[in-house]
Amino acid sequence: MRKFFLTAALSLGVVTAAPAMASEGGHIKRLDWPQDGIFGTYDRASLQRGLQVYQQVCASCHGLKRVAFRTLTDLGFTMDQVKKIAAEYEFEDGPDEEGEMFTRPGAPYDYFPSPFPNEKAAAAANGGAVPPDLSLIVKARRGREDYVYSILTGYEEAPDGFTVPEGGHYNSAFPGNVIAMPPPLSEDAVEYADGTPATVEQMAKDVVNFLSWAAEPKMEERKRIGLRVVIFLVILIGLLYGIYRRVWARVDH
Amino acid sequence: MAFQTNSKIVKWIDRRLPIFSMMHHELYEYQVPKNLNWWYTFGSLAGIILMLQIITGVVLVMHYTPNTELAFDSVEKIMRDVNYGWLMRYMHANGASMFFIAVYIHIFRGLYYGSYKQPRELIWMIGLVILLLMMATAFMGYVLPWGQMSFWGATVITNLFSAFPVIGEALVTWLWGGFTVGNPTLNRFFSLHYLLPFVILGAVVVHLWALHTSGSNNPAGVEIKGKKDWIPFQPYYTAKDMLGFAVFALVFSIFIFYSPDFFGEPDNYIPANPLKTPPHIVPEWYFLPFYAILRAVPDKLGGVLLMFGAILVLFVIPWLDTSKVRSARFRPVYKWWFWVLVFDCLVLGYVGSQPPEGALILIGRLATAYYFLHFLVIMPLVGWFEKPLPVPASIHDAVLADKKAKESADA
Ligand code: HEC
Ligand code: HEM
Repeated sequence: MRKFFLTAALSLGVVTAAPAMASEGGHIKRLDWPQDGIFGTYDRASLQRGLQVYQQVCASCHGLKRVAFRTLTDLGFTMDQVKKIAAEYEFEDGPDEEGEMFTRPGAPYDYFPSPFPNEKAAAAANGGAVPPDLSLIVKARRGREDYVYSILTGYEEAPDGFTVPEGGHYNSAFPGNVIAMPPPLSEDAVEYADGTPATVEQMAKDVVNFLSWAAEPKMEERKRIGLRVVIFLVILIGLLYGIYRRVWARVDH
Repeated sequence: MAFQTNSKIVKWIDRRLPIFSMMHHELYEYQVPKNLNWWYTFGSLAGIILMLQIITGVVLVMHYTPNTELAFDSVEKIMRDVNYGWLMRYMHANGASMFFIAVYIHIFRGLYYGSYKQPRELIWMIGLVILLLMMATAFMGYVLPWGQMSFWGATVITNLFSAFPVIGEALVTWLWGGFTVGNPTLNRFFSLHYLLPFVILGAVVVHLWALHTSGSNNPAGVEIKGKKDWIPFQPYYTAKDMLGFAVFALVFSIFIFYSPDFFGEPDNYIPANPLKTPPHIVPEWYFLPFYAILRAVPDKLGGVLLMFGAILVLFVIPWLDTSKVRSARFRPVYKWWFWVLVFDCLVLGYVGSQPPEGALILIGRLATAYYFLHFLVIMPLVGWFEKPLPVPASIHDAVLADKKAKESADA
């Protein structure tokens, strides 16, 4: 029995240690994220600010094609607000009765459009490097939120003797330290509706929180159900342990 | 006591299909040693996990699309849009890891207590067939989400077959169904990934059939001799296994709900891109020891043969182990070598997870050498030279001796 609890405790330790694994190559800053930990949830105000940063800064180069407008209600928006956000975009639809394609304003069932029609166009517009779709970026990089935050805040003067090739930018977090993305954030690049000062760090945090939600919109549901399941199982283990002791009391063992 | 009932319906059925008699026999008459410890729960646990994999897998298939253009997107749809789809997928992905943990513990348990020895050789060998089938299933399953690791893992592993002389290239083309890993590959892997779990299920039935013919081994390694040595499965081992399942469910839940990507690779959340090789390609953790053995040999064909040899050698250990005594409990010398083997496998796993550089190359080779020496040399030699401790006369005696030792330790 003792061995089993030990195993369980060990795996718990391992689980909590997992996010500490670092990305190789660059320098990764460690931050506390509101969604970390067993009880962590997304910070709605930060998600909304993050959406604004994404829309006003990142969207000109990066798509977010797996996120549907309807899911933005998760960020605390009402359906009317979501309809308005979607309607800011235009989509090609059709064919209509005459067989013609037409454009219409976006609706909640649409997904965020990508800025380039294809990878070739994306590469051509960005000096040969393709800006990846950001829907899953937080899950697709070792270091998750910390990594993306470190990229966004990692633009520095290159150290002496380090030559940055044409079209590249020195970045302390990126593997190899030369990234094709020009520094996307600068002081007051956006103006927050809630009056939060738009420092580079603040915008980076907000957009990373938003991208974390975009990568795992079901995270809160997952942890909520998880807590109930764990409580249920702990009680069940107690009961089954009682039964086990009673049944085996009859055996000379 | 034979099966008895008052129900006319049950009697009617049982006379034509003695399923109730059979259940009764397995649960109440089949003799189980009374000294099985917790390490013995991992077998039935593996069976439960197999069922979980099949159930979650069948649900996933309802939403999954086996096409290179659509596979990744369909998995993401499962994660985002299908009700509890994320739960099904995380259970299935983590379930595969749990399956291997349970089966590896189950195998080492068998090694420690000598469960492969006469008359249980076939139980052991069928178990190894199950392991091979599981590896094939898990490997092909990992290709299905069609992420970067899916694609490149499949490419690296299938390419190994090109090492075979003469037929190598043709063999790989045949496996792929084309000249690269592509849509035909994904489709056949999907087909086989659906099929093989049911083949495993069949193998499990045969495994249990053989088991219930010879009976379970036990930590004392002596056979059942009298009434005092055994108890029926129900209610004793049902109660014990249920508790084991519940504890497993808790550990499993902690992974699913709080660290669902713990065993995963971040790269597999990037859609497969045949033009972009990831910096290092690593297989799933459960293949790492074998991967280390593969890379320990500078020659590709040699590596492949040695890797398969690592499992094949296990098929002959019933004849390589020369000891008259089953359980390592009573084998003072072999016991230590057993733990060296466990450590060796962990080292191999670590080496397999790292890029093959510097000292790790040497460590990988030494660990590989030990793995084979353990079975081919140490096992036969220790069996000859070792002087085993006195083996208890019966299971009941072993239980009493344990009890005494415990009481004097407590006092
Ligand atoms: C001017 C276009 C442009 C803008 C604006 C832009 N990016 Fe990028 N981004 C790129 C390019 C190009 C790359 C590919 C870099 C490379 O591979 O070297 C990239 C790569 C990235 C990466 C991946 C780095 C990696 O590990 O591969 C992240 C994360 C990222 N961008 C986030 C953002 C965020 C968040 C914003 C908005 C705040 C943003 N980007 C705005 C062009 C842009
Ligand atoms: C022996 C039991 C099984 C094992 C060990 C196993 C293993 C795996 C693994 C490792 C993956 C990749 C998971 C990921 O990273 O996303 C996977 C995916 C998948 N499996 Fe299985 N599987 C088993 C049984 C089944 C069965 C019986 C079915 C269907 C009837 C099935 C259907 C699927 C599907 C559709 C996927 C792709 C979806 C996904 O990636 O999550 N599996 N399996």
